Amino acid sequence: MIVVIDYDTGNTRNVKKALDYLNLENELTADPKKILAADGLILPGVGAFQKAMDSLNERKLVPIIQAAAERGIPILGICLGMQLLFDKSLEFGETNGLGIIPGEVVPIPENLGVKVPHMGWDKNRAVQADPLATVFDDQFTYFVHSYYVATDKAKIVATVDYGVQIPSIVRQDNVIGIQFHPEKSGQVGLAGLTKFKEMIQNEDYSRN
Amino acid sequence: MLAKRIIPCLDVDHGRVMKGVNFVNLKDVGDPTQIAAAYQKQGADELVFLDITATNEGRKAIVETIEAVASQVFMPLTVGGGIHSVADMQNLLKAGADKTAVNSAAVNNPELITQGAKKFGSQCVVLAIDAKWNPEANQYNVYVNGGRKKTDLDAIKWAKQGVARGAGELLVTSMDKDGTKSGFDIKLYQELTKAVNVPIIASGGAGNIQDFTDVFLAANVDGALAASVFHFGELTIADVKSQLSQNGVIVR
Repeated sequence: MIVVIDYDTGNTRNVKKALDYLNLENELTADPKKILAADGLILPGVGAFQKAMDSLNERKLVPIIQAAAERGIPILGICLGMQLLFDKSLEFGETNGLGIIPGEVVPIPENLGVKVPHMGWDKNRAVQADPLATVFDDQFTYFVHSYYVATDKAKIVATVDYGVQIPSIVRQDNVIGIQFHPEKSGQVGLAGLTKFKEMIQNEDYSRN
Repeated sequence: MLAKRIIPCLDVDHGRVMKGVNFVNLKDVGDPTQIAAAYQKQGADELVFLDITATNEGRKAIVETIEAVASQVFMPLTVGGGIHSVADMQNLLKAGADKTAVNSAAVNNPELITQGAKKFGSQCVVLAIDAKWNPEANQYNVYVNGGRKKTDLDAIKWAKQGVARGAGELLVTSMDKDGTKSGFDIKLYQELTKAVNVPIIASGGAGNIQDFTDVFLAANVDGALAASVFHFGELTIADVKSQLSQNGVIVR
């Protein structure tokens, strides 16, 4: 069972719709017991970093998600859900994140002649071998964001070139972050969600 | 870098897709989900649904339509037509829309853009503008109420104002070109891309493949929207993208 963590964010239901479409057994819930008993977790997210952390704190989910990561439960953070996995964000001041992967969330520079937000279909380039890199290398996926994660190269699985190299997929053992929206990226996005399910089943947390 | 977007537009009335020319001789041509899925298969990058339902009672239907489409079609969905409030936006976003386009209601109440952007983020608020060249005033005038009512607003100034208020994208229809199949209004989009730094979707005038290449190369818009050339099968999205790619335009 995949648990989609329910904390009142924008795209939760679209992620669920994609899982339903793929017939992947899932439940949308904020119940800590169910979260810790899940085979895999998806942390969705759209909107502002601080508001999202506030919502997780109100529901007392921060230590639960940290514990799930610690126990080796596969976690997939999507868009803002990916950014929340890191130490802190510089969006509207400074806000602490879940601190599961080292790094911080910084604004996309506006002086590079690119439009911000980074909104639309952009092409991923794999920079490390990984099951998800196999799915998304050289593929266009749908992005909507104004901030990106600055993290250790060793954590970056794929990037897109948008004036700066934006990490589009990151991974630390059982914890994966995807900056784009697989649930809005057509067939290749759905293939990525299916791959996540396969990774859960194979308990394939190590890099290939 | 981002791919340029090709965006089919679907006119929806009471939960059915309608086709016609200039809102005349509208025919029911099918189920929105099936048509949206067909466009996804063809390689559309995004879909715009324009709610042309004339009655308030009928407006609930668009929410159900989006709910159904979003369960089967997995790409960005924009909905416009008849959005008057933040609550209207919320209902559509909850149903699975990614963006909501405001037009007449934003002209009447520009605060709607600000409120929507604050609540949902700029990326969810598209300002749709219907513009027509006014030779006497030497400007593009904004029209409202489905293009039936002229306003004194200068479209370029209105675009800037909308972006300053938080609109994250502009969907601009040239009324001079709409329905003519004589190509997009290059000059209008050149002025817009100079004036603002948000994505611009060109609409109105697509007649052949070359028109898409021209608007991307000459005006550097981010997307091009068309209805009839795709609906009536005169062009396929794959053919359009193939020519764009040959001309050095990045497409998916």
